[in-house]
Amino acid sequence: MPRNKGTETMTVTRRTLLAAAGTLAAPALVRAQGSAPIRIGEINSYTAVPAFTLPYRNGWQLAVEQVNAAGGVLGRKIEVVSRDDAGKPQDAIRLAGELVNEQKVDLLSGGFLSNVGLALSDYAKQNKKLFIAGEPLTDALVWSDGHRYCYRLRPSTYMQAAMLVDDAAKLPGTRWVTVAPNYEYGQSAVKWFKLLLAKKRPDVTFIGEQWPALGKIDAGATVAALEAAKPDNIFNVTFGGDLTNFVRAGNTRGLFEKRGVVSVLTGEPEYLEPLGEETPTGWIVTGYPVESVINTTNTAFIAAYKARFKEMPKMGSVVGFALITSIVAGIAKTGAVDTEKMADSFAGASFDTPFGRAMWRKQDHQGTLGTYVGKTAVKDGHGVMVDWRYVDGAGALPTDAEVAKLRQG
Amino acid sequence: MSVLAVSGLGKSFGAVRAVDGVSFAVAAGEMLALIGPNGAGKSTCFNMLNGQIRPETGRILLGGRDITGLPPRRVWRLGVGRTFQITATFASMSVRENVQAALLSFHRRVWRWWRPARGYFAAEADALLDQVGMRAQGDRAAGVLAYGDLKRLELAIALANGPTLLLMDEPTAGMAPAERVALMALARRLAGERGIAVLFTEHDMDVVFGVADRILVLDRGRVIAEGDGVAIRADARVRAVYLGSGATSGGH
Amino acid sequence: MDFVVVQALTGLAGASSLFLVAAGLTVIFGVTRVVNFAHGSLYMLGAYIGWSILTRLPRDPAWFAAGVLLAALATAALGALLEMGLLRRIYRAPELLQLLATFGVVLMVQDAALYLWGPDELTLPRPPWLRGFVAVAGSRFPLFDLVLIGVGPLVLGLLWLLLARTRFGVLLRAATQDREMVAALGVDQTVLFTVVFALGAGLAGLGGVLSLPDGSANLHIDLDVITDAFVVVVVGGMGSLPGAFLAALLIGELQAFGIVLLPKITLVLVFLVMAVVLVFRPHGLLGRPQAVARGAAEALALVRPAVPALRWLGLAVLALALAAPLFAGPYLLSVLTEMLVAVLFAASLHFMMGPGGMASFGHAAWFGIGAYAAALATHALAAPMPAGLLLAPLAAGAAAGLFGWFIVRLSGVYLAMLTLAFAQIVWAVVFQWDAVTGGDNGILGVWPARWAGDPRVYYLLALALCGGAAMLLRRVLYAPFGYALRATRDSPLRAEAIGLHAGRIRLAAFALAGAAAGLAGGVFAYAKGSVFPTYIAVGHSVDALVAVLLGGVQTIAGPVVGALAYTALFDALLTTSFWRFKLGAFIVLLVLFFPAGIAGAAQRLWERGRPA
Ligand SMILES: Nc1ncnc2c1ncn2[C@@H]1O[C@H](COP(=O)(O)OP(=O)(O)OP(=O)(O)O)[C@@H](O)[C@H]1O
Ligand SMILES: [Mg+2]
Repeated sequence: MPRNKGTETMTVTRRTLLAAAGTLAAPALVRAQGSAPIRIGEINSYTAVPAFTLPYRNGWQLAVEQVNAAGGVLGRKIEVVSRDDAGKPQDAIRLAGELVNEQKVDLLSGGFLSNVGLALSDYAKQNKKLFIAGEPLTDALVWSDGHRYCYRLRPSTYMQAAMLVDDAAKLPGTRWVTVAPNYEYGQSAVKWFKLLLAKKRPDVTFIGEQWPALGKIDAGATVAALEAAKPDNIFNVTFGGDLTNFVRAGNTRGLFEKRGVVSVLTGEPEYLEPLGEETPTGWIVTGYPVESVINTTNTAFIAAYKARFKEMPKMGSVVGFALITSIVAGIAKTGAVDTEKMADSFAGASFDTPFGRAMWRKQDHQGTLGTYVGKTAVKDGHGVMVDWRYVDGAGALPTDAEVAKLRQG
Repeated sequence: MSVLAVSGLGKSFGAVRAVDGVSFAVAAGEMLALIGPNGAGKSTCFNMLNGQIRPETGRILLGGRDITGLPPRRVWRLGVGRTFQITATFASMSVRENVQAALLSFHRRVWRWWRPARGYFAAEADALLDQVGMRAQGDRAAGVLAYGDLKRLELAIALANGPTLLLMDEPTAGMAPAERVALMALARRLAGERGIAVLFTEHDMDVVFGVADRILVLDRGRVIAEGDGVAIRADARVRAVYLGSGATSGGH
Repeated sequence: MDFVVVQALTGLAGASSLFLVAAGLTVIFGVTRVVNFAHGSLYMLGAYIGWSILTRLPRDPAWFAAGVLLAALATAALGALLEMGLLRRIYRAPELLQLLATFGVVLMVQDAALYLWGPDELTLPRPPWLRGFVAVAGSRFPLFDLVLIGVGPLVLGLLWLLLARTRFGVLLRAATQDREMVAALGVDQTVLFTVVFALGAGLAGLGGVLSLPDGSANLHIDLDVITDAFVVVVVGGMGSLPGAFLAALLIGELQAFGIVLLPKITLVLVFLVMAVVLVFRPHGLLGRPQAVARGAAEALALVRPAVPALRWLGLAVLALALAAPLFAGPYLLSVLTEMLVAVLFAASLHFMMGPGGMASFGHAAWFGIGAYAAALATHALAAPMPAGLLLAPLAAGAAAGLFGWFIVRLSGVYLAMLTLAFAQIVWAVVFQWDAVTGGDNGILGVWPARWAGDPRVYYLLALALCGGAAMLLRRVLYAPFGYALRATRDSPLRAEAIGLHAGRIRLAAFALAGAAAGLAGGVFAYAKGSVFPTYIAVGHSVDALVAVLLGGVQTIAGPVVGALAYTALFDALLTTSFWRFKLGAFIVLLVLFFPAGIAGAAQRLWERGRPA
């Protein structure tokens, strides 16, 4: 197992409180623009969700090193000032204040949990500071609660559902059940999936739904209840420990046999690896097939990552890496680190990611970074993705008119 | 008319018939001693009288009014003060504050939120403490008092509502003999001066025979004898179950 | 009908798992009277240790059984170490301090497990026999679930034999009923307690390792499991093994069928059951009232008005606080605003917990209701900020008054657990009811009115509201009501015997504390610009508890000192690596060496050599 070696390397300059007290004596120091590094504030739930955020941190560290080795951006190096929000949006907001007012960062970034992302986005809106969200999936971030100071990198809940619907529509059978964690993410994923699938296949009916509490799935009972509905197909949104429990109970009880299963995020190494040899085969999933994607960008990324951290990258690593490259591209396009200018001209900037080129959309500040859609399989006792294809994020979004309407809230 | 009239009082704990058909009355200014060996049912009687335990049978009349089954706080409002066998005082308050708390409740000043409580009824509290000889200790924490002093404090608290009936469960336990006599003399005086009916239990027979007007002897929940000191001393059954048992003082 | 059979069996398997977790907790509580918050951590360690052992063993049933036993024994050994290193030293401390110390252990174990086993979920490969099933009523029923169904009663039976048929058991039962007597019998209690703790820990470890075939070892199970275990133990009656078994059955079956009938409210359902049971049976299904609440035996500190020196200090701090906007930057002001909120939050908890004697494990409920009331007022009703800030304490006070009606009738640990149950219900409703509360995503855009938008102005507003409310609470404590409240805590018997309506007084105090916490929540909502379910989470309740205990329950200034110190400490630690371990260690050391808290220790120093 990889040891957690990340926490020691966190970029911590000073204790925040002492830092705050420090400003009592010295008036806020005016940073010389010229050669000083560009400071990127970064906040994430390092202690609360280490399985995702530690690979993610490796990802952004790698990108920072590469960018700086190549001479930085606008002739300046970049520097990330990172903070742990402990999984609490209220702490994220405080830390954002610290980063902006004390650390004088030029922009904010980060987030894994949707609520932390929204909290930071709302802070950015109120304080007119740029916030680049990496992972948070909630649609609200760029739609109902979207604003000019917020950009989001990853495919949203809607996009994940949309990417799966094409393949889902091809499944025979019309009777569907859903199982999703009972909170905003699970609820939206189910909502969009139902809506989008019904458009493509007016003949389907949803005959049952299970809403286990997040982190507390009673897998045996949930599986038995789904089984009792005798569905043709299953749409799953559970992830992490809930998914593991669900899959194990489902395997034993034969829930997945002769049934189509469509599952969000399950192809990500973070969630696939724990399933090991029990990975069910033939599930239609979104995810990241890591090494099996052989192309210049991904292969180079994996090589550099392995050289640096002695382990394989995960989805989080890609997000962390692309977060930095997307920011750097935005700054380069803007030609300055002024918030208002960046807020305008990040839109349209295109950047390299391990998955290939992507860009920031003008319409809603959503990144077009896509994801892989494929089938699950077992290889040498490990879960893998096969028959995959890359789905560009740009193709998984509603029309501009619909987006404009959603963005009005 | 008697202040307190009890008839047919009964209460069981599981198989134990703690109090079984007890009837008696206490008149104003009278001191009635309730005695009996350990476990005879004395405290249970007291607990029913002040409402702490609901009796299973019987009726309790206070000044002619039926108070059977009323909760302790209502009984107290009707003029019944009591001390406990195992003292119950407020450990986080000073001696004076303990009495003040009772006075605040008596004068219905509990639901006040602003003026510090120390300013309420301090003089009145001191007067009550004076009566029981505790005034000098008014500022001490109740939690650190000697047992005898706690008993005295309890008496002061019990007197705060100007009771017509005073229930004292082993009021002198833990005191030196001289103190016992002094305290009971005080009770005697109060009973006389204010016409308070006093019902008390006591294991020290010298105290009992010294101050009681009348004595009620309880054994296994039943009244086995009633009368003045002379009659009780002479009662054969009492001698058998009680005096003969050797339990004469201090038990609680 | 077939489905009912299968679901009932599934419920039985769930019940067995629940019982395994709860059994150890209830055994430990029954004898040592320690509410062991770290029980979930022991369970998690059992799972991790089990994973480390079982992945190295051959995959056949005999080796599996051996590995399971080994993992349970290893966890038992860890439990014994924990007992000897920590708990043994604090048996005489008040219950809450013990709870706090074990909470510190939870934090330490979280980081230790992360360090030792890494962040990834660890799964045990299942050999075919572990994936096997039998046909039941036309469905497949997992073989391992059948094993689990057997293990629960087996463990119950073995424990019963141990308790009823062995000398050890006799001593244990004697110790449960009367510790002094056992000591008088010349039995070495220290060893007895260590063994019991190891037994309880071993049961937790057993539960943990047996969870592997159906799930995984991960860093979240400690807290997931501990709430379940608490619910089962409390519903069953603390210290009662058959009670725990009954409660596990009840909850296991309820879950299994609840999922079918009401799939969306399973989380609420469990806590609802707990609340209902406690309302009707205040000591759980088979529990008995605790013999003597230990709190009563403690010497309670005398409450006196602040000495002049302290008053001057207070005035100086106030002057400094008033002058802060002159020299502090926006970030420091935001930290100070948060500290003010923390002070009021802690002071409100202290109000009911110190002088009121009602320790709450769910105080964040009122804070959260206040925050959501303000946010919903702003959002749904477009109410101006002052209206939101007024609504916050009113809504929280009303809710506290309503729930309090059930709560104040209990005492001690049961009361704390019922507050926890209500808080969890509130949390679950807010977390899952997306349409109204925004669910997990919370409610955004709750920023202050324009006139208060400047951080300096909002800080002063927070100072006025939070500082003012905290001062008011303090004032009330010195007023007759405060005395009456303390009277009901010091001696409920005497309080009733001097005409005090203890229930009403406690309820009023509960509602007042709730309202004050609600105000803190309202101020916090506008300071952060948003509200989230995390405001109501158990962790937030624990924050307040730690602040109060850190400052000292028995001093009026305690919560203020504690909130300031805790916020500063948390803030300082958060940016360092392994901050949870450090925070946990700090809490443990605090309980060991400063059980009276900072203000308590200071007071003791000050009073040294002065008459009581
Ligand atoms: N709450 C209770 N539960 C069960 N049994 C009780 C309870 N209270 C009293 N008893 C029993 O009732 C009987 C009478 O007890 P009580 O305390 O009234 O006796 P007492 O005359 O006051 O004795 P002592 O002189 O020891 O104070 C005893 O057998 C006692 O064990
Ligand atoms: Mg008695």
